Amino acid sequence: MILTQSQKQPEAASFRATIPAGEPYLFEIRAGQTLRLLDLEGNQAVDTLFFSAANPRERFDPQRTLRQQNRVYLSTGTVLYSNLGNPLLTIVADTCGRHDTLGGACAQESNTVRYALDKRYMHSCRDNFLRAALGDGRLDKRDIGANINFFMNVPVTPEGGLTFEDGISAPGKYVELLAHMDIIVLISNCPQLNNPCNAYNPTPAEVLVWD
Amino acid sequence: MNADLALRSTLYEETVPGGGHTSFVLKRSQLLRITDIEGGANVSLMLLNANEKSERLSLPDTLKGQHTARLTAGHCLYSDMGRVLAAITADTCGWHDSLGGVLNAREVAEKYGRGRYQELRNGFHRNGHDNLLVEMGKWNLNQQDLLMTLNLFSRVSVDAEGSFQFESGNSSANDYIELYAPMDTLVVLTALQHPMDPNPQYAPKPVLLTWQQVASDGITVLCRTARPENGRGFHNTERLYI
Repeated sequence: MILTQSQKQPEAASFRATIPAGEPYLFEIRAGQTLRLLDLEGNQAVDTLFFSAANPRERFDPQRTLRQQNRVYLSTGTVLYSNLGNPLLTIVADTCGRHDTLGGACAQESNTVRYALDKRYMHSCRDNFLRAALGDGRLDKRDIGANINFFMNVPVTPEGGLTFEDGISAPGKYVELLAHMDIIVLISNCPQLNNPCNAYNPTPAEVLVWD
Repeated sequence: MNADLALRSTLYEETVPGGGHTSFVLKRSQLLRITDIEGGANVSLMLLNANEKSERLSLPDTLKGQHTARLTAGHCLYSDMGRVLAAITADTCGWHDSLGGVLNAREVAEKYGRGRYQELRNGFHRNGHDNLLVEMGKWNLNQQDLLMTLNLFSRVSVDAEGSFQFESGNSSANDYIELYAPMDTLVVLTALQHPMDPNPQYAPKPVLLTWQQVASDGITVLCRTARPENGRGFHNTERLYI
């Protein structure tokens, strides 16, 4: 696992925002801008979807992204491809080293399957996605596909098992992405309370954008 | 005829030629058997709730809920709404791939060269993205509805560093997988080579589709009991019909 630092200074960022634990956040970045996602307190899942701002039907495609790099984990050098085959963003720095795009986002409905039927009424990422998408007006349920779980460690074994390992992130770890087109970023700062991957303790995350 | 077969009646059979695509509603309590006729087939598959098509196959929910990246007998294929669109009640192949997805027209042209209808007629080079999209368009669906797809009969393994390896020879002639529908499920599929199949020739293989009526949902017992998650998934599915 190769970790890559960034030389970018937070003071020089053109935009900064802190996303409290469990909140959605929808914003745009322009082609050529660099986005940093910062895990402020460690092992926080930052569930993220990317869309083309010019055509929101064009979105992040996990299977093409993995196929193109012939590798199951996302890290420095990973090009995030769209469902139309275009590069959306490239990961240009990563101090965590591994991010997941197979585990998806938590939902009321999947929580009933994964944990217990009575977990239905707990807050979830896909409720966050819907709230932000419908509030924005350009996206709806059918646009919400498989997301990236930044800072989450979900190894695939040679036998085809999918395991949820303890996090390898830590306070201050970050990932940086360079945008190749104007992008809508849709984040749910995961509110999951049933999974040890975040020590049952959702925490804030920060976004920084440089021109 | 053994007892198991006695409880099933075959409703219909059809061969999908290599490169072909089709879609249909697999009604509640029907079973679809997909047979690799020659060996080495691949079927790219998308599933949706036939009655509310914004509900569709979620591979992330399917994989994380069952702690697996490969799919085989005993596994359920989950929608994003926590319901079982199909249960894999039998599988002689042992590994179906969730990682590879489908190629688009540009990627197929890069891999196999130009293959136009004008010269090749119905042997022209088709691609999974367009094939699935065309078939979904017949149900008034579009680009928004085409998500991560399953690739039946193919195996991509992941090594300790996370790199992929396409495993040739995963499926032999007459291998089959059976999908039982505990709800009305729109099945969309195309028989094309797996995107990571190293064969440089465009040579998709045919598959046989067999529809059966299942008298009892006892056929799902393996899937229901394979994990406690699946018991809850069937519970959610049955709530559609209360």
